[in-house]
Amino acid sequence: MTALPVTQSVLYLDGISVAFDGFKALNELSLYLEPGEMRAIIGPNGAGKTTMMDVITGKTRPDTGSAIFNGRHDLTELDEAEIANLGVGRKFQKPTVFESHSLADNIRLALDGERSPFSALFGARNRILDDRIDEVLARVRLLDHRERLAGDLSHGQKQWLEIAMLLAQDPKLLLVDEPVAGMTDAETEETAHLLRDISRTHSVIVVEHDMHFVRLLNVKVTCLHEGSVLAEGTIDAVSANERVIEVYLGR
Amino acid sequence: MITRALFNLSDTGSRTFLGVLLAIAILVPLSNLTLAPDHALHVPTHIVSLVGKYLCYAILAVALDLVWGFCGILSLGHAAFFALGGYAMGMYLMRQIGTRGVYADPILPDFMVFLNWKDLPWFWWGFDSFFFAALMIVLVPGLLAFVFGWLAFRSRVTGVYLSIITQAMTYALMLAFFRNEMGFGGNNGLTDFKDILGFDIQAQTTRVGLFIATVATLALTYIVCRLLVTSTYGKVLVAIRDAESRTRFLGYRVEHYKLVAFVASACIAGIAGALYVPQVGIINPSEFAPANSIEAVIWVAVGGRGTLTGAALGAVAVNFAKSVFTTGALAPYWLFVLGGLFIVTTLFLPKGIVGTAGDLIRRLRGDRAAAGKTTQDSAPVRQPAE
Repeated sequence: MTALPVTQSVLYLDGISVAFDGFKALNELSLYLEPGEMRAIIGPNGAGKTTMMDVITGKTRPDTGSAIFNGRHDLTELDEAEIANLGVGRKFQKPTVFESHSLADNIRLALDGERSPFSALFGARNRILDDRIDEVLARVRLLDHRERLAGDLSHGQKQWLEIAMLLAQDPKLLLVDEPVAGMTDAETEETAHLLRDISRTHSVIVVEHDMHFVRLLNVKVTCLHEGSVLAEGTIDAVSANERVIEVYLGR
Repeated sequence: MITRALFNLSDTGSRTFLGVLLAIAILVPLSNLTLAPDHALHVPTHIVSLVGKYLCYAILAVALDLVWGFCGILSLGHAAFFALGGYAMGMYLMRQIGTRGVYADPILPDFMVFLNWKDLPWFWWGFDSFFFAALMIVLVPGLLAFVFGWLAFRSRVTGVYLSIITQAMTYALMLAFFRNEMGFGGNNGLTDFKDILGFDIQAQTTRVGLFIATVATLALTYIVCRLLVTSTYGKVLVAIRDAESRTRFLGYRVEHYKLVAFVASACIAGIAGALYVPQVGIINPSEFAPANSIEAVIWVAVGGRGTLTGAALGAVAVNFAKSVFTTGALAPYWLFVLGGLFIVTTLFLPKGIVGTAGDLIRRLRGDRAAAGKTTQDSAPVRQPAE
């Protein structure tokens, strides 16, 4: 193992390349995220946004490069469960919740704490208090649906439930993949509000195509293209960038 | 903890199931032992053993439902664990024969004398003790499941690939056990048992005793599995079944959860096999046949996946049908019936008998909210092999 670079960043991606059958999904990608920062990632399809999340969460091993979390852990050497337990939470593009469980049980399983089979059989996981579950559900305004099955929720509600599961997990870094896909305008605005609220206490990376939503977030934007950073800066600066307009936004 | 356990066993399904088992455990022996043979309600001893055999299959089905219905692991090799438990019991029964065998060797079973073996192979040591045999009945299938599951789940072998390698596992064991050199009686297997725990294995009272032990084991198996699946552990199992990657990204070690369920299921299957052997009087390598494992899957599908009670009901119903069909004029058609049953279940009763009946009852009660909920229970149906 090479010596880790000293960094204050909560996430420090350095020179990451991933190739699938010769196709370079990520090409020398470098990106830094400060503690407490929320970052929006935009870019055309195939720019490497989801692959980047796969690398950070241990689903995909990069060919080269390193991903340092919290200045100490090289994520490229760990697997999904280890990374999750270090404090990285991920929301999938397609809302993924436990459909045959009630909302309360979805949160119960997500809440931080011991995760071994033994603790689930006899230990701590059986003593999770309802108050904690209610608190998380209230934050995404799903408390009234507490005992419903997650499969009965609308698409937008499932997105929120999944975000609530991330909150319950209480990670240091949240990766949120297209949170407003399929949401109404009102829901989109509420989600932006929710994420800004969350970013007060967590570092967040949001991948989104909806420029209106990205504008609502009002945070630093990174535009990816062909596996590396094309532009970075405020939403106004990035959307005025000639190259970004050319490859992504269109004229 | 105990109140929670009692609460989780207080639902209608559990109470009905355990109530029926209790009634069977009392009424069948009572009828067999006290009523005259020509009495209309008399249950002959061979029927007692036949029902006992069905109930052994029911235990196997409940074990299979634990991994398939709740964790989505479609094992097509569960008969292997059943047969291994059966062989461990068979070895104990062989050692009990002693000098009553054809060759009257006090130590060596007949087939070893026949093969001109001079000493008892090391893996037969200790099987003269019931306690040791009982230990092996659980440990051997459990250990095989542990090693197999450890390798498969760690490498993330899932779905149809896992099903295929479990099938290969049981097939390989069948071929191995067919060989005389393996030391398990080869083709003929183990049979001609004389007594168990000092009781004559053919005696009516012993048969009834074995029957009661089987019913009790089925009840206990149900209680253990029901407590498992209603615990937080069981909720994680269902979470893995429905959204494995979500569970993983929440920080759960999916492979550990699967392994625990798989090993527990294999141990239960071993116990079922051990109860089966003294009641049918023989164990041979054909018990490892891949078709047996597939039949077990059909029992669970017919009865209702993810219900436990349905698995047991399916095992008894399908095997009763098998007994009816395979004796008499209909015998050549049994495999067609079995195949047809599987297709009909898959197409028209995806939730099996118990799952569908549960829906009907809820609908009749007009409880629409609840009926809406249970349609969501069909989540596993959409991804049968996952």
